[in-house]
Amino acid sequence: MLEITHLRKSFAGFVAVNDVSLTVESQQIAAVIGPNGAGKSTFFNLITGHLRADTGRVVLDGRDVTGLPPYRICGLGMGRSFQLTNIFPRLTVLQNVQAALMAHRGHGRDFWSHSETLFRDDAEALLASIGLGAVAGETAGTLAYGNQKQLELGIALASDPKVLLLDEPTAGMSAGETHDTIALLRRIALERGLTLLFTEHDMAVVFGIAQKIAVLYQGRKLAEGPPDEVRANPEVRRVYLGEHA
Amino acid sequence: MTISLIAAQFLSGLTTAMFLFLIASGLSLVFGVMRVLNFAHGSFYMIGAYMAWQVVTWLQPTGGAFWIAALAAGVSVAILGGIVERLLLRHLYGVEELYQLLFTYALVLILGDVAKYTWGTDQLSVHRPPVLDGSLQWLGTTIPFYNLFIILLGPAIAIIGGLVLSKSSAGRVLRAAAYDREMVGALGANVGMLYTGMFVVSSFLAGLAGALITPIESVVPGMDVQIIVDAFIVVVIGGLGSFWGTFWGAMIYGQTLSFGILAFPQFSVFAVFALMAVVLIVRPWGLMGRPIR
Amino acid sequence: MSLPLSRPMVRSRNASPRRVPWTLIVFLLLLPMPWIGSRYDTFLATQIIIDALFAVSLNLLLGTTGLVSFGHVAYFGVGAYVCGILMKTYGVSFVIAFPAAGLAAALFSLVFGYFCVRLTKIYFAMLTLAFSQIVWAICFKWDAVTGGDQGIADVPFPDMHWMAAIPGLDGLTENGRFYILTLTLAAICTAAMAQITRSPFGRMLTAIRDNRERAAFIGLNVRAYELTVFVVAGGFAGFAGALYGIYTRGVFPDYVFWTQSAQVMIMTILGGMNFFWGPPVGALVLDWLNQEITNYTQYWPFVLGSILLVLLFALPGGVVGGFNRAWVAVQRRRSRLVARDA
Repeated sequence: MLEITHLRKSFAGFVAVNDVSLTVESQQIAAVIGPNGAGKSTFFNLITGHLRADTGRVVLDGRDVTGLPPYRICGLGMGRSFQLTNIFPRLTVLQNVQAALMAHRGHGRDFWSHSETLFRDDAEALLASIGLGAVAGETAGTLAYGNQKQLELGIALASDPKVLLLDEPTAGMSAGETHDTIALLRRIALERGLTLLFTEHDMAVVFGIAQKIAVLYQGRKLAEGPPDEVRANPEVRRVYLGEHA
Repeated sequence: MTISLIAAQFLSGLTTAMFLFLIASGLSLVFGVMRVLNFAHGSFYMIGAYMAWQVVTWLQPTGGAFWIAALAAGVSVAILGGIVERLLLRHLYGVEELYQLLFTYALVLILGDVAKYTWGTDQLSVHRPPVLDGSLQWLGTTIPFYNLFIILLGPAIAIIGGLVLSKSSAGRVLRAAAYDREMVGALGANVGMLYTGMFVVSSFLAGLAGALITPIESVVPGMDVQIIVDAFIVVVIGGLGSFWGTFWGAMIYGQTLSFGILAFPQFSVFAVFALMAVVLIVRPWGLMGRPIR
Repeated sequence: MSLPLSRPMVRSRNASPRRVPWTLIVFLLLLPMPWIGSRYDTFLATQIIIDALFAVSLNLLLGTTGLVSFGHVAYFGVGAYVCGILMKTYGVSFVIAFPAAGLAAALFSLVFGYFCVRLTKIYFAMLTLAFSQIVWAICFKWDAVTGGDQGIADVPFPDMHWMAAIPGLDGLTENGRFYILTLTLAAICTAAMAQITRSPFGRMLTAIRDNRERAAFIGLNVRAYELTVFVVAGGFAGFAGALYGIYTRGVFPDYVFWTQSAQVMIMTILGGMNFFWGPPVGALVLDWLNQEITNYTQYWPFVLGSILLVLLFALPGGVVGGFNRAWVAVQRRRSRLVARDA
């Protein structure tokens, strides 16, 4: 579903991502982990088109999307939730999702319909399915952090993606919230046949849900494989145990 | 095109450039550190000019009146700037940039009428200081000593300013703040004092420039609006926030004005804005600004 | 001291399911002016309507899309000059000159906008300013076509004889008829802009305003949208300019100077840029104040500057914003009382 080959990016001499390749099968749940500064965010930004890679290719569902601008990659079926909550703060929760639906379904240049009513039912249904039905009328910027992250997910889902990239989906969450979020993700992925690629610091989450894990360290891919393999990998252990107290 | 004509235009361009540098440097630095584009900078310049005229008129027969007036103009405008920043502008820092811009525009409106009310609409002028009366010949053209003084003052201030920025601790904090405002605050630097100080220095320069221009150009309502556009162009060419960029931007623009008028008298007004547009399209961060794309 | 601009706004742009045809209502309310008001009133009202149209077009950029343009008067000016030149110099009928003005303005905004939308924030603002001053320079210098600094005087009224055929309108003076014509055209333009604002396209624009990056990642080509709204706004500004040139019976380079962009921006924010009807309210307040105050003093800029200060520090949501806040507060109080009694 998602084939990344030999991706490389350097900033004025500093190599942030160094020849990283990764393949994520359809409907697989994969994770990218690594200590801070390993290049995870840069890696994600390269995949979604926010940054242009020096070399390498990104192929989404058989289609080469390398070098395309983010809005095109989104249109081709890649959704993303961002590390720092990236929603439309002055719109209501409902309007946030409606906007995403409108954009995805080609109504961006619709000058005639009414933005309040278009896809309202679908938006409400989507919100209900991720547990935000109660706050649909609230202004998005006033939501609690956890709810904003849920909304973030909702917006990404509204674009009906095939692949969903999640940048630290449980960052800043309590244990309870984390558990709920992961359960939600698992359910949604199953219901919609999504392929998930996420990055995380919470190892319990990673090893709990991922079917394939890639470890980045100083821009290079250190290891890749199913959780047990990665967990037992001596280099990975050294890198992590050396970092974590 | 004789040598003397070229020399004359070149010197005229240099003089203009140095004035523009004095004015634009404050504008650029304030933007670099505080991210505020101060429309009222031209108004400060104008107030400086009027203050200089006022002080000279009061001190009329006294020797050295001009220099006292110039200093007084700089200081009084600096105080004005300090009051404006402390009492008013600082309350707008957290708000949208647009509101800060509009605030400075409100100052333009208010200060413009304050000047009109205080000094009327007649053209005022100030005599050159007697010590700088006279001129010398160079390459067939006449350079007034006063212009020469200005031409030398510009680089002098540039060098002093450049040294302060690169060597002093205040300068270091300033440059860091231009890079990352919040971080500097988190590191304990008193960002509030920094901003006020920045604004005060910038206003001083504007007021001083206004005072120094009075022997060359008459003081008249509307000079605030006129100069701010020129200052904007210089700052765009040099790069918003770059001190040395402003210097070279002023040099380029000064000579463009000088020779441009010679070559295309009809199109000078048009060309000036076309130049600004071209820079923004091709290289928005100017000569020495930080690349933004 | 509250400066809530970064705060989310209240449910104001959301139309209630019952759509109230505000534009029609305002149109009908303003229609009787030539009969019930004095000649002076009608004259002032014409100006207010034109300025309101201009301000609403700016707000498509400012309030809806978050684009701060300091050069919007360029398109106003293009409209004014094109219409004025066609009607005066070439004797073209208003029926052709008016649409041509809007078209010309839209064309200019297409060319200028293409370069402007590649920049953001302060650089965007400065480029719009530069282009606007280029237009001013052309109007100021191109004596042959634009009349240079003298401008073009004696722009004629449109041919409004056909209005005599409409019952009730035959008794009106030319000024009165022009008022009706202006009101009608402005109402149509405003209705169009209202529809644009409440359409899905408008929703895309507010999404872009709220979060450009996120907007790209729901699939929007942000630059294309910004350019589109830039052209639409420019076109409507051109219509406003065309009407203004006729209203003042002349077009002059002063109309295109950058301080006029600041003026319309102040109007927009004074009324409230988060509300569709904010800018017209701002135009009303500002033009009326301008007339009143210039009767007493020549220091209108001082007054305007002071108003602006008050606006920025005490009432950042503008006049309509202030009313909206008061209304919401009253509603909240009422619902609290109701809940308490329940």
